[in-house]
Amino acid sequence: MSNDDISIETTRHIAYLARLALDEGEVNQYAGQLSAILKHADDIASLDLDGVAPMRHTLNVVNIMRDDEVRPSLDREEVLASAPDAQASMFLVPKIVGEE
Amino acid sequence: MSDLNFIEMSAVEIAAGVRSGEFSAVEVVTAHLDQIDKHEGDVRSFVTQMGERALDGAKAVDERRSRGEELGALAGVPVALKDNMAYRGVETTCSSKILKGWIPPYTATVIERLEAAGAIAIGKTNLDEFAMGSSTENSAFFSTRNPIDLNRVPGGSSGGSAASVAARFAPIAIGSDTGGSIRQPASLCGVVGVKPTYGLVSRYGLIAFASSLDQIGPFARSVDDASLVLDVISGHDGRDSTSLAERSYSHQPIDNDVKGLRVGVITEMLDGLSSDVENALNLAIDALRALGAQVEEVSVPAAKFGLTAYYLIAPAEASSNLARFDGVRYGVRVEGKDMNETYELTRGQGFGPEVKRRIMLGTYALSAGYYDALYGKAQKVRTLIANDFDNAYDRFDVLISATSPTVAFEFNAKSDPLSMYMSDVCTIPSNLAGHPAMSVPFAGGEGGLPIGIQVLAPSFGEGVMFKVASALEAAANYKAIPEWDNKGK
Amino acid sequence: MSLEDKYLITVGLEVHTELRTKTKLFCGCANEFGAEPNTNICPVCLGLPGSLPVVNRRAVEYAMRIGTALNCEIKHSVFHRKNYFYPDMPKDYQVTQYDEPTCVNGYVELPITGKIVNIVRAHIEEDTGKSTHIGTSGRITGADYSLVDYNRSGIPLVEIVSAPDMVSGEEAREYVSELRSILVATGATDGKMEEGSLRVDANVSVRPVGTEVLGTRCEIKNLNSLRSLVRAITYEARRQMEIVEEGGKVIQETRHWNEDLGKTSSLRSKEEAYDYRYFPEPDLSPLDPTAEEVEAIKAGLGTLPPKRRAILVELLDGTPTKSEIEQIQTAINFGLDELVLAGIDRKIPAKLSLARCANEVAGLISNLGDSYILPNEKILEVLAKESAGELTPTQSKVVLSRVVADGDVEVTALISELGFVAASSGEMDQLVEEIIAESPSEWERFVSGEDQLAGFFVGKAMKKSGGKANGKLVSKSLNDRRSQLQG
Ligand SMILES: [Zn+2]
Repeated sequence: MSNDDISIETTRHIAYLARLALDEGEVNQYAGQLSAILKHADDIASLDLDGVAPMRHTLNVVNIMRDDEVRPSLDREEVLASAPDAQASMFLVPKIVGEE
Repeated sequence: MSDLNFIEMSAVEIAAGVRSGEFSAVEVVTAHLDQIDKHEGDVRSFVTQMGERALDGAKAVDERRSRGEELGALAGVPVALKDNMAYRGVETTCSSKILKGWIPPYTATVIERLEAAGAIAIGKTNLDEFAMGSSTENSAFFSTRNPIDLNRVPGGSSGGSAASVAARFAPIAIGSDTGGSIRQPASLCGVVGVKPTYGLVSRYGLIAFASSLDQIGPFARSVDDASLVLDVISGHDGRDSTSLAERSYSHQPIDNDVKGLRVGVITEMLDGLSSDVENALNLAIDALRALGAQVEEVSVPAAKFGLTAYYLIAPAEASSNLARFDGVRYGVRVEGKDMNETYELTRGQGFGPEVKRRIMLGTYALSAGYYDALYGKAQKVRTLIANDFDNAYDRFDVLISATSPTVAFEFNAKSDPLSMYMSDVCTIPSNLAGHPAMSVPFAGGEGGLPIGIQVLAPSFGEGVMFKVASALEAAANYKAIPEWDNKGK
Repeated sequence: MSLEDKYLITVGLEVHTELRTKTKLFCGCANEFGAEPNTNICPVCLGLPGSLPVVNRRAVEYAMRIGTALNCEIKHSVFHRKNYFYPDMPKDYQVTQYDEPTCVNGYVELPITGKIVNIVRAHIEEDTGKSTHIGTSGRITGADYSLVDYNRSGIPLVEIVSAPDMVSGEEAREYVSELRSILVATGATDGKMEEGSLRVDANVSVRPVGTEVLGTRCEIKNLNSLRSLVRAITYEARRQMEIVEEGGKVIQETRHWNEDLGKTSSLRSKEEAYDYRYFPEPDLSPLDPTAEEVEAIKAGLGTLPPKRRAILVELLDGTPTKSEIEQIQTAINFGLDELVLAGIDRKIPAKLSLARCANEVAGLISNLGDSYILPNEKILEVLAKESAGELTPTQSKVVLSRVVADGDVEVTALISELGFVAASSGEMDQLVEEIIAESPSEWERFVSGEDQLAGFFVGKAMKKSGGKANGKLVSKSLNDRRSQLQG
């Protein structure tokens, strides 16, 4: 279990994975709070759960499917009206790969 | 204009009156809009008010009646909607800056069903940002106040919905409950709040927090009204794979005879209650015994691990569910020098501190090297909790506990995240197991503040759950009164 | 000793194939190629807040067909979320299958070498949208901005992951070619690489001859044709050999194939964190086909390319040439092997009908729509006439092209319209006599055994008759006359 404190470096890595720009204060604060919350999680660390199946879902159902039938699509203009930026009926995004 | 007091009427009474023509939907809606005009400035339960649209909707209901058309079960009944459900053409924000200005091009199934039954949406209510919180203080826009005591929180995350019903802005409201987000604010505001069995109500259009835990449910001022609303919103929806086929809830006049019913009091939920809450729970036990129920303590041992499991599973799912708020297709964008920086700035500035904290926690719980020890283990704990509940339900028809360990607290009382998380200790296990549970107002505690009793039942046990809640409601004879109507106390 | 002799190449392929369903994997938007941008979109495939996926039954059925055709076991399967940020992925996670895919442990037998390439898994997942990079270069690096179209977002894919069993670009090509035949035969996909409905990523590594441990691999993306596949693998292997030879280390990374430059280049400019945080998709139920459903899929598949190839090989007396194997592949890819089999009943030699089907008919059908029905009877009629010597090969090809393009024409009427009616035996005799008379010395040499002069006379006959003469019949007549003289 992870009863070690979460480092500043790990906190930065997690923030990057989650694409959250954090300032120094936030990084420090979250490092401490995450450590405290995970310390609380130590209560399940000691449980012997070998042989217990993980519950992926409370529903015990399989094969929920629909038929292959076309349904109407949304109005493009209505959708693009909510876009932060658009051009030529497409969503415009900043360059994907940054400068080297 | 009729001199009927519409704002104190139940949904059942309003629908009956509108259907029979005793009064019009426009009169009903106007009375509620007037109440909003008077007191919304103090309560602040709405992110978006829908007054004009509501009047148009009411007119449409009245016209349908004049044409002799059949009206639905909620004809002319105003309903407040938590602002995390998509409504075509109406801004939907999740009380987050990141979604400010988003106008959905589609409508949630639950809202479609309410409107098909004649209900009139009067506004989108405030919540803790993305439903993460227990006080509605995490709204990016403003805090909602508890109508019973304006210096206190309404609870959360569906605080705006609970407050709107307590304030008589609407007889019913809709919320969502991931770890107690309907039941806890219902308890704190002195109204009825129901989290149905997972899979009973479609989640299509509900902006997901934790998909395997989220469930939509009603607020009302009576058990009977809550039951009627659940009837309207439940039932299979082909657009939600987790909506169960052939399962729905049918409202019937509730027979509240609990004689001979076996009621378990959950041992693990007795610790840490404030003394007034403990007293109220004891009074509830006495009342049920007096009505002929067999009440005993029962242990659900794994329930004590619920909070831990929840604070791994819910943030993990949330970290993935909230990835889509990236400034590409909708919502707010903070432009950076490239896409990656745009993601980071948009999300860093668009989300509030609690949302970021949970995304961080969930990302960590799922990340390589920790998955088995954190998320994987939490899922196993979930199995234990479900098994322990099953054992309890072998011997008991329903279980009860307090809904919240305390009455409504003051603003900024819980600045430490862990102490805020503790507010949900009694409500979380039902979400983990997928079972139904509800809060029914039972007594006034410290300062006359409402205390709710939680009734828990096995999956699809809504019938027996409402029966016991109705018995408690009758025995309590307690009604939470808004602060402004209670000046002489 | 060349570098290629000092190193062994290992190739494993990930092949993504789009399924030919009417709708997308999780929503009812149309699955079509080439629509106006952002016209096939809905809350689900646009990842709008609150939307939820529901699995397309036919997509699952197609995936099971593919798995069965690749000799896989069909298993209980679970969808997972693969979390990473990318603008053409609307939810910023991809719904895919992770540790419990629908199809596992299959294999493909390569047609030419007979080698077995193992299939590790074939799983169902959703496709992403499409980004167009705008800027001077038109490439992702150096673009000023990008435009995203979500029509492709959510189209059902099956990803087929091979074991690293291949040892060269050529072998990889043979594998993909055979895989494509099988996929197309299942009806689950159209296999069109040029439209992106079949996409290949190659994992390539090298190691010195005599060593066991595989080298560090690179994944090459953007392989849009079989030609690119071979070139890219060959290039990449050589690049890695040079690095190792100079004492360097190959870095595990994703590389982009540039067809114009004939080079691979690193795709990510800075070190990327690969941590996809897979977890079971809570919005979907597991898939758990019954044994009966799996049997029904198997029964519905019909005869697949490996078996169909074996039948044709046998018709060619079991020893086909390499070009005939290629003809067999083409015929099977276009479903023309049935025509070859039908020809046998009419005494049309398999070699002839196979060559015509693979070299003429196949080329013609690619230009016709998917729903076009070939006039099989008429094609056989033409081939029968060619085999009986009533049409020359040249004439037969002309007639075939007309018949394939317009199935309503009458073959005999068409032949006379084209003036391809074979000369009568009287006219033929006269023609042959004339050409012999015109070239007495060549005739002498032919009679005395210079067989190659037959071609000279056939050419003359063709010229004289304006192309109407049947070369086969002319040489038969020449030979007959010679044997009479010698007899
Ligand atoms: Zn769609």
